[in-house]
Amino acid sequence: MSTIRIPPVLRENTDGRRTVDVTGATVSAALDDLFAQHPALRDRVTTDGKLSEFINVYVNDRDVRYRDGLDTTVGADDTIILLPAMAGGSR
Amino acid sequence: MTFREVNATEAVALAADGHRVIDVREQNEWDAGHVVGATLLPLADVAQRIAEVAPDKDAPLLLHCAVGGRSGRAAAWLSQMGYTNVVSMKAPIGDWKTAGGAWNEPQEPLLTPAQQRRYARQTLIPEIGQEGQRKLLDAKVLLIGAGALGSPSALYLSASGVGTIGLVDDDLVEESNLQRQVLHGADRLGMRKVDSGELTIRGLNPETVVVKHAERLDAGNVERLISGYDVIVDGTDNFDTRYVLNDAAVKLRKPVVHGSIYRWDGQITTFVPFEGPCYRCMYPTQPPDELAPACSVAGVLGVLPGVIGLLQSNEVFKLILGAGDTLAGRLLMFDAMGTSFDEVRIWRDPACPTCGEGSPYHEDPT
Repeated sequence: MSTIRIPPVLRENTDGRRTVDVTGATVSAALDDLFAQHPALRDRVTTDGKLSEFINVYVNDRDVRYRDGLDTTVGADDTIILLPAMAGGSR
Repeated sequence: MTFREVNATEAVALAADGHRVIDVREQNEWDAGHVVGATLLPLADVAQRIAEVAPDKDAPLLLHCAVGGRSGRAAAWLSQMGYTNVVSMKAPIGDWKTAGGAWNEPQEPLLTPAQQRRYARQTLIPEIGQEGQRKLLDAKVLLIGAGALGSPSALYLSASGVGTIGLVDDDLVEESNLQRQVLHGADRLGMRKVDSGELTIRGLNPETVVVKHAERLDAGNVERLISGYDVIVDGTDNFDTRYVLNDAAVKLRKPVVHGSIYRWDGQITTFVPFEGPCYRCMYPTQPPDELAPACSVAGVLGVLPGVIGLLQSNEVFKLILGAGDTLAGRLLMFDAMGTSFDEVRIWRDPACPTCGEGSPYHEDPT
């Protein structure tokens, strides 16, 4: 069982939960489990069945863009972080 | 074990022969001229700092002061502490020069007496000292946004002696700002934020030079705005501005300290052009508005910009001082609800259109 960190902007789709425990040996499988548990999330972070480009995905502290993308393996104690850019600052 | 006292001619010979010269006078006496190659270690600091200055107790040390009184006392202490090869010059310091000893004439002091008093707690820190404080006083830092994130930076950077602070903001102070924008107050409603910011900064530190840019940063003015500054603090509120700032900062080789906030969460990192990743390496694609609402839509915890803004100031300090490890290549995330920090690594993207292999900015502008 690995853990997915839900960014603040997506928590309305996870009943306010900040983390969701998932099963799956790859990032892709873990996300499928996440979407199965919280179906509304799928449309917010995927486009044509693919994870949207504006969401950065990290396994522990490593960006999967520099590993095997969505095929990156996920271990039982790993944490997956979903990270869309944040805008707020001044106003 | 005792120490030896020598005259100036012997002292000059011993220094030439490898004795380490330690000046036990005060900073102001040192500033008025000192022995070339000497280390300043005021009498009051000798016992505490000698181990750091001279870790080897058998090393040959030559102590001096103005006439030989203080250096004699220091030499006696060192002998008691087990230093085996201590010599004190018992002669007026003028004799050192007459005997042909190398001498640095007085230099312009790094700090005025008022600055030495004001920044005393900071200059005591070994990584800062008077040299570091001078760097801070000479530094020019531009705050993009004099709002939530800009407020703590403006307050602490000016209080601690960053010499020039530029404020870029075209907004007026509104009531809904006051919950977190501590640069402004209830008596400033309707005032331009740059003017209110200047008033507050002047109150904290009249020495700070405040440069007001009452305009909104855009592609047309960005290079003019940032070119005169050493470090840029990004506390803007939208993606367009962040990308515009990023590209110009990479082009002009300006480090940018990035902060962003949303409700209970904040992110911070430091972009050093061509040394670490840039904003486009980290976020190549802008999310749709609904996934990145501004604070005015989503709300933000009052203390959150305080935490994130001061972490940005901390990065500014290290960039100016050239000390410590910045967040270049790391994104630090703060969760105020759980009071926890997380960190992920961010990489330079070889395909980044701004700083990657095909970048139009590889040519150094200087």
